[in-house]
Amino acid sequence: MNASMNYLDGNAAAGELNKIFAADITSAQGQCANCGTKKRFAEAHLYMQCPGLVARCALCGHVLLRFANVEGRVFLDLRGMTYLTFDPGQQEGSG
Amino acid sequence: MAGTAVLRPVTWRSATVVGLHDETATARTLALAVRDWPGHVAGQHVDLRLTAADGYSAVRSYSIASAPSSDGHIELTIERLQNGEVSPYLTQQVMVGDELEVRGPIGGWFVWHPEQTGPIQLVAGGSGIVPLMAMIRSRISLGSAAQFRLLYSVREPGAVFYRDELRAVSNQGEAVIVTYAYTRVTPKDWPRPAGRIDAELVAKGTWPSNLRPSTYVCGPTSFVEHTTELLIAAGHDRERIRTERFGATGERK
Repeated sequence: MNASMNYLDGNAAAGELNKIFAADITSAQGQCANCGTKKRFAEAHLYMQCPGLVARCALCGHVLLRFANVEGRVFLDLRGMTYLTFDPGQQEGSG
Repeated sequence: MAGTAVLRPVTWRSATVVGLHDETATARTLALAVRDWPGHVAGQHVDLRLTAADGYSAVRSYSIASAPSSDGHIELTIERLQNGEVSPYLTQQVMVGDELEVRGPIGGWFVWHPEQTGPIQLVAGGSGIVPLMAMIRSRISLGSAAQFRLLYSVREPGAVFYRDELRAVSNQGEAVIVTYAYTRVTPKDWPRPAGRIDAELVAKGTWPSNLRPSTYVCGPTSFVEHTTELLIAAGHDRERIRTERFGATGERK
């Protein structure tokens, strides 16, 4: 297992991110601010070997989202995504 | 479901261990009765929180193995990891009657809905079988017409989860066609030498790409990358393949 395989997918962040997003973020579609790819957040590559979470574009590796929870204070950086769209039809019993 | 999910607060729910069952020498299924469980969709996971007497707590994600039901019970199958912090406790020490905390269900992407009636291809690496088993159980309990195939990669025969149940469903009018891949040790007289999934096994053990199956791949990251590339090389549309990865350690947090 090499270092480049050291990631999970966006799904693994859902429990933490559901503290902020009332809707299920894993099935939301986001656009990478670097390469313009539109993908479900569940398809992002997620790195968890750090104090917080870092999600990167599955295609170009650009940082999409950074999240940290430090002593109850949440830091969220979303500048890597141009937008996120939530489709109510994709929201299923997540919460 | 669609509208109600949007504003549901995230809460930790108390859960009581109501059953324990060993799947293999290193994996155990925990049946939990979860207070005010809202129900789940096959493929979703939960976060599980353990809190020690000194207040130290640890959170891990585990896929739900059971089919959706309305009785507030869920099952998780947990593989014991060497040097794991949480899984040794959950697979060796936890007892019926113990209280845990559960958050979820989580994830709306890696799921199979009973309304999906097209062919389904499942590809599991090791304990990646767990959320896929929830899909199989859901399909069987609902009597869905969807045709399922499972390609299940395991180290050795003794590492197969749900062996008897998979045999039973695969004998049930071809509701689920199961193909095994053994990576280290095969059963006696197995026609194929031990080894990881290759193009030949993908051709033999999965739906042809022209049937346009919905495909779900779950396992360690390297397994998911490897098999997804093989599926795409066999003509499958990347857009129809959904993946769920475990970390190098298998513990998802």
